[in-house]
Amino acid sequence: MKLDTSGLESAAPVWGAPSELVDGFSAAPLFEVPNTTDFDGFQKEAIQMVKPAKGTTTLAFIFKEGVMVAADSRASMGGYISSQSVKKIIEINPYMLGTMAGGAADCQFWHRNLGIKCRLHELANKRRISVTGASKLLANILYSYRGMGLSVGTMIAGWDETGPGLYYVDSEGGRLKGMRFSVGSGSPYAYGVLDNGYRYDMSVEEAAELARRAIYHATFRDGASGGVASVYYVGPSGWKKLSGDDVGELHYKYYPVMPSTVEQEMIEVAGA
Amino acid sequence: MARYDRAITVFSPDGHLFQVEYALEAVRKGNAAVGVRGTDIVVLGVEKKSAAKLQDSRSVRKIVSLDDHVALACAGLKADARVLINRARIECQSHRLTVEDPVTVEYITRYIAGLQQKYTQSGGVRPFGLSTLIIGFDPYTGVPSLYQTDPSGTFSAWKANATGRNSNSMREFLEKNYKESSGQETVKLAIRALLEVVESGGKNIEVAVMTKEHGLRQLEEAEIDAIVAEIESEKAAAEAAKKPPAPAPKET
Repeated sequence: MKLDTSGLESAAPVWGAPSELVDGFSAAPLFEVPNTTDFDGFQKEAIQMVKPAKGTTTLAFIFKEGVMVAADSRASMGGYISSQSVKKIIEINPYMLGTMAGGAADCQFWHRNLGIKCRLHELANKRRISVTGASKLLANILYSYRGMGLSVGTMIAGWDETGPGLYYVDSEGGRLKGMRFSVGSGSPYAYGVLDNGYRYDMSVEEAAELARRAIYHATFRDGASGGVASVYYVGPSGWKKLSGDDVGELHYKYYPVMPSTVEQEMIEVAGA
Repeated sequence: MARYDRAITVFSPDGHLFQVEYALEAVRKGNAAVGVRGTDIVVLGVEKKSAAKLQDSRSVRKIVSLDDHVALACAGLKADARVLINRARIECQSHRLTVEDPVTVEYITRYIAGLQQKYTQSGGVRPFGLSTLIIGFDPYTGVPSLYQTDPSGTFSAWKANATGRNSNSMREFLEKNYKESSGQETVKLAIRALLEVVESGGKNIEVAVMTKEHGLRQLEEAEIDAIVAEIESEKAAAEAAKKPPAPAPKET
């Protein structure tokens, strides 16, 4: 069954169409309802087309020195790249980070909301909230909105009294504690590089390079990931942004173009 | 239904909440309770009115645990206490569920005090008629604490405090004799304070101690008797030391 995606196209006004509102001015874009027999079903399909993809690559892992968090920065709407500079690592508070995958608005709003809750907890209890507690608060909220169309696949990474903490929380209400996670359409590629190169006792620089490489490889193969690979480190004194490299530049850094001499080319042409 | 919306606890012209003050009266008539905080131990002691012959004394525990690391004793209306304790126990577990962390003593005290305050500002209800003494250890830092709440909903931390019958004399005794102690010394201080107002003997006192490692432990009657005996002998020795030496026999 061919998916009718006309509803996802931008609703630009058709040239020359008579406007009922104001003559001579370009009218506000009309929202054209597609010709389907079942509009609600069509809407659901449209959402499904974008939703599971969670077009992005984010990853986080715990190692000896703390937590490394990295993400790409591309936002896509179907096949259209809407932005190459999205901040997918959200700063909940000075010692906790959240990653964004899924609906950008959902992630941003609920992470900010979580930040508020964490601050209120601090004020009421005179101590910082643990990563466990923060992730549980978010998971409980998302669970209560289950089935209502939220799309959030996030990782909560932070450093608390018990050391480094990393949790994966999603809009289905799931919450997992772990040492390594990657979320998004590019995650299989990132996992390949991450799982291969991971060692618990890496230095901060080694871990940052591993995270960077994993994001780069994901952006290389996955169309929905790209832009800038940001890498953050969470240590005992909070988080710190380590780098933000354009993945195009990273490509030529890892695979520099080999200069070939002119004579070589001519020989090849003669032999062809 | 509208008739029961009216608040019972309203201000008097000179700024008093009489219902709350009357509730404090009820507390003053309740059994004596004392709490003492040591460096590594916290002790609660409660006066036990002599049990009726046919009553099963095990069913009237006055010192109860709210969680593994928090315990509570109270003075006042026992039925109100039961309701408050149940709500506090649920809150302890709810906290564990939502943040995967045990409550701190301050948190649960704040919750109980908040509950008591709510009932002084709602329609159709009366305040809880009890003051509580809450002891426990902070789950992470291991620091012992003692808190007290009262029917008005205020709470504060104490090194040692008493509530209920004759609490003023107990508090005076504690103020005179309190010093930082640990282990058995703290237990003795709590029992000595209670003995100021209660008939001596293990039968009339219920004592529980809480340590970080072993949690709450109710002392057996025999144990209490032994400590009481120790206290009595110490008291006697102190008295003897104070008495002037007997006059030398006259020599003829």
